[in-house]
Amino acid sequence: MTELGSAPVPALDGDDHLRGPQDAPLVIEYADFECPFCAVLSARLAVRALRRAYRHFPVRSSHPRAWPAACAAEAAAVQGKFWEMHDLLFADQGRLEDPHLWQRASELGLDLARFDADRRSDEIVARVRRDFESGIRAGVVTTPTLWAGGVLHPGKVEESVLIAMEDGAPTG
Amino acid sequence: MHAWGFLRNPRIAMHAVIEPGTPAPEFTLARADGGTFTREDLAGQTSVLVFYPFAFSPVCTDQLGLYDAVRDELASRGATLYGVSCDASWSQSAFREQLGVSIEQLSDFEPKGETCRAFGVYHPGGFPQRALVIIDPDGVVKWSYQADSPGDLPGANLIFDGLAG
Repeated sequence: MTELGSAPVPALDGDDHLRGPQDAPLVIEYADFECPFCAVLSARLAVRALRRAYRHFPVRSSHPRAWPAACAAEAAAVQGKFWEMHDLLFADQGRLEDPHLWQRASELGLDLARFDADRRSDEIVARVRRDFESGIRAGVVTTPTLWAGGVLHPGKVEESVLIAMEDGAPTG
Repeated sequence: MHAWGFLRNPRIAMHAVIEPGTPAPEFTLARADGGTFTREDLAGQTSVLVFYPFAFSPVCTDQLGLYDAVRDELASRGATLYGVSCDASWSQSAFREQLGVSIEQLSDFEPKGETCRAFGVYHPGGFPQRALVIIDPDGVVKWSYQADSPGDLPGANLIFDGLAG
């Protein structure tokens, strides 16, 4: 039985998706690719000196294409292109149907047959589910939610808070 | 969250949600099919009553969508979720259909708020507090929780904690 009781945000795992300077303060994003506020936050984080980890938190009722998009990003990760797919998904959230996912995979030069098999595989679904469940256990209730220094920041994050994160200062 | 700001007014009295260990009170709620849901329907199963303020409001939308995403895990623990509000059944059904969620909706529309009052979660503003009540198969409250503000969304983890406790 899956454990979903309260637990802290898990420490980084070997297959977490990371970008940004290695010595910068760490932030963990719980987000989904159909969430416009997540796209905005992602763009704001991109210009900050932060080490970013991306974790999936797709909720079907709010964003029905969030799950397929998350699986597409994980399938791209299998071929070493997670962040490239991440950026392409956030860049055009109005086009997240299957043909649009194939188009992005093609644009990234992925093996399309493998991409399509991977994104539907049990392993990839379990990988996305792992992130989602870690968010549930940590009390994540909305996207985006940003974790920094042991504090969760649901929803909109003020610029002053991002600056504090960059400085490694307490944010909550 | 600013839309809920007026609800943080300390002059508005807040009633306390029913305490664990208390037998569930007598109550009657309306089901979408026109039938009733009463204390007798709680027997033999673990029920999670999700009292929410308003169908279609932003936080309630997030809440039901989030909880629906873990409905299978709750079912594997023998727990059934029910959404309870003072909205009419027609409104609740439209809300449920728009969200695409499976959580059964129970209406406390008439006499308005009577069940919410019985569970100690009727807000003076005329709607349920955002509260969770777990009732065991013997009809006794196992766990309860009321959010500090109707604008606060309790994480689904709290329900699993309540079931495990």
